[in-house]
Amino acid sequence: MATVTLTPIKTPELMLEANSITPDACAGKTAEQIARLECREGKTHVTIGEFFTVSGNAGATAAETDIVIAGDCSRVKYIGSKMTAGTVTVNGNADMYVGGWMKGGKIHVTGNVDSFCGIAMEGGEILVDGKAGNHVGCAYRGDWRGMRGGTIRIRGSAGNDIGTFMLGGTIIIEKDAFIHVSTHAEGGTVIIKGNVEGRVGGQMVKGTIYVFGDIRFMMPGFKKVDRVELDVDGTKAAFDHYIGDLGERHPRSKGKEVFADLYVKAA
Amino acid sequence: MSEIHGEILIKGGFVIDPSQKIDGDVADIAIKDGKIVEKVSNAAKVIDAKGKVVMAGGVDVHSHVAGPKVNVGRLFRPEDKLFRSGVAHAPTRMEMGFSVPSTLKTGYDYARMGYGFVMEAAMPPIHSPHVHEEIHDTPIIDEGALPVFGNNWFVMEYLKKGEVENTAAYIAWLLRVTKGFGVKVVNPGGTAAWAWGMNCLGIEDHVPYFEITPHEIISGLMAANEYLGLPHSVHIHQNNLGNPGNYPTTLASLKLAEGVKAKNKFGREQVMHSTHLQFHSYGGDSWATFCSKAKEVMDYVNRQKNITVDLGCVTLDETTTMTADGPFEHHLHALNHLKWANVDVELETAAGIVPYIYDKNVVPNGVQWATGLELALYAKDPMRTFITTDHPNAGPFTRYPRVIKWLMSQKSREAVLASMKKADKVIDLTNIHTIDRELTLYEIAAMTRAGPAKCLGLGSYYGSLTPGHIADVAVFDLNYKNMPSDPEKIESAFQRAAAFVKSGEIVVRDGEVLSHGHKKTVWVNPKMKENPQVKRDVTESFTKGYYTVGITNYPVREYLAPHPFVIDVDVEA
Repeated sequence: MATVTLTPIKTPELMLEANSITPDACAGKTAEQIARLECREGKTHVTIGEFFTVSGNAGATAAETDIVIAGDCSRVKYIGSKMTAGTVTVNGNADMYVGGWMKGGKIHVTGNVDSFCGIAMEGGEILVDGKAGNHVGCAYRGDWRGMRGGTIRIRGSAGNDIGTFMLGGTIIIEKDAFIHVSTHAEGGTVIIKGNVEGRVGGQMVKGTIYVFGDIRFMMPGFKKVDRVELDVDGTKAAFDHYIGDLGERHPRSKGKEVFADLYVKAA
Repeated sequence: MSEIHGEILIKGGFVIDPSQKIDGDVADIAIKDGKIVEKVSNAAKVIDAKGKVVMAGGVDVHSHVAGPKVNVGRLFRPEDKLFRSGVAHAPTRMEMGFSVPSTLKTGYDYARMGYGFVMEAAMPPIHSPHVHEEIHDTPIIDEGALPVFGNNWFVMEYLKKGEVENTAAYIAWLLRVTKGFGVKVVNPGGTAAWAWGMNCLGIEDHVPYFEITPHEIISGLMAANEYLGLPHSVHIHQNNLGNPGNYPTTLASLKLAEGVKAKNKFGREQVMHSTHLQFHSYGGDSWATFCSKAKEVMDYVNRQKNITVDLGCVTLDETTTMTADGPFEHHLHALNHLKWANVDVELETAAGIVPYIYDKNVVPNGVQWATGLELALYAKDPMRTFITTDHPNAGPFTRYPRVIKWLMSQKSREAVLASMKKADKVIDLTNIHTIDRELTLYEIAAMTRAGPAKCLGLGSYYGSLTPGHIADVAVFDLNYKNMPSDPEKIESAFQRAAAFVKSGEIVVRDGEVLSHGHKKTVWVNPKMKENPQVKRDVTESFTKGYYTVGITNYPVREYLAPHPFVIDVDVEA
């Protein structure tokens, strides 16, 4: 493994669109070459080297490359987007689209991330120690093909529109979430360990949601069917089992209608 | 049409021009002040076309490129632009989208393919100001737009009483105020029935409230069109689009043209243009038995000389369907569960929009792909059969070069068939595998240039390299005497013209756009003596509040079509 360290030296005036801060773009390159990789700031072309000092050469392949950003990236977007292997560590905050369209590898952000973290993700892992903005693991706007695979774990809270149009993979929010969880989902799992304001599972076709806290406003399209003992992300507890969204179409399997499942931890 | 000055000589190419029956002769094409001329001076700019093919600019008879439903498509499909909006390089501006491209990309891409004229295929009359604004915003290409009449309340009221002259007077008024080009009919009666949650799947079905049938609407509009002597014929999207077993309905509506005579001064011979025929040429009684009836339909079209058709080829892409056939779009949404937009247009029409993925591994999609190509390959008269994809319904217009490749190369068709997961099933349900015909460049030129220009009544302006015509000339990097064995080279040559001269100005070189050109909006101005009843009926519809706008706000103002090319029609009846 080889580690490339990027140390921020300048705050972008606009947002820096750093699609090239990925193990894939850096693989096989020296520190000097990485500093010359292109990014965008607004409509202008810039290079990584204008905003970071780069030390350490990358490995031969993405899988052999670790990128460490030693500082705040609150105005740097698209870190680790579309990456297929290797790791990216951000020691600080990151802006929007962390790990968007990601296929493999690992991203660890020690601070907070802004919106669209893990958008349309297909595989790999994202770990955020702080909180997340809106649209964690959602679909690109307009698209009906959301997150397909991989895991996103947010240790803090998250905003709205989590797992919209989700098809697979897992999203874990360890604290509270706001509204719209797994809207239109047709698969995948969302675990929320805190409270949710509401609109959980609206127009959900298939997939699973676990909520450890309260849902302040329950969707009318969910019906309680039983109570079950479950082990969810290492916690054993009793959950009330709801099915829904009853207002949405549902596929049939072996002669039975398949619903989405919502488990809310029993009081 | 002569604000462009200067001389160009396109030298030494293989000229292909079906309008003059020229097939591959090596000749020079001279251009002066925007027109094709016999000869130019030594000072002319020279484009070396040696070893390349020279054709007139392409003419697209049917494409959805401007207007409210195209814009709804753009708005509700941001994902169509995702990762497809590159950085602009001067002199072009930013281009966006794939199946519903931005206006700029639309103009650029048509020009890159050597197209000079495009007909917007469905203009809701009340929204014509928007259509014209968007047309004006689309660079380079000349465009016209067909207002929709097939579910129009005035038309249905008049035709129910058999009043052809009143219908004609209404059409004449509407073409003038909307700056429209001709008479489009979409799912006649069916879209009106849709307001009652119903549809018209056969031509003898009953339209609720209006007490009329699709049969009467089609025949009446055909009669009114010939009464006026418009450049283009009635342009029909038939009933029962897209459904298994719809081809008898198609044949029944085509038969309505029998015995009707074309009456016009524009060289048009047909009385009915049947559009995106692929969607109307299916057999079977379910999606499991869904099969191609292209042969049956084309056999009839080949015999019936007063009909023209365009293909509506499925290109096996992810695209956006959009049509004034509102009930069809709802039906499609129920099949694929993707997002659906529906619009009702007061007194006039409606529209629906649904994204669709034509997947070559889904048998009915494979059958649709084969059906479109079969229609062209069974066609005996390429001057009556035109290449379209019903953009963006069966695929984006930027796939025309791919359709041309498939039509010119059996090898490329077989490669697609072989790549289908259920190729055997598709082969069973279609005839494509048994057809070895490969179209020639001459036939392609007829299907994309001379033919559609003639069908639109624009044969004396577009689609020809005869002196006097608008100087739209495309040069393609294909050697007529030594065509490439690799079919991909046919596609790439037609995708990026080696050169394209639009109205006497070089707008494309080596596939790169050089200029925004001098586009024109082409519309038809029928001059007919005033019809007091129609005037009263139209006025009343505004004063009684049936319309949400006042009559003075209804017409397209001059400034919305600032570069008009008006075709006057003196109505003699």
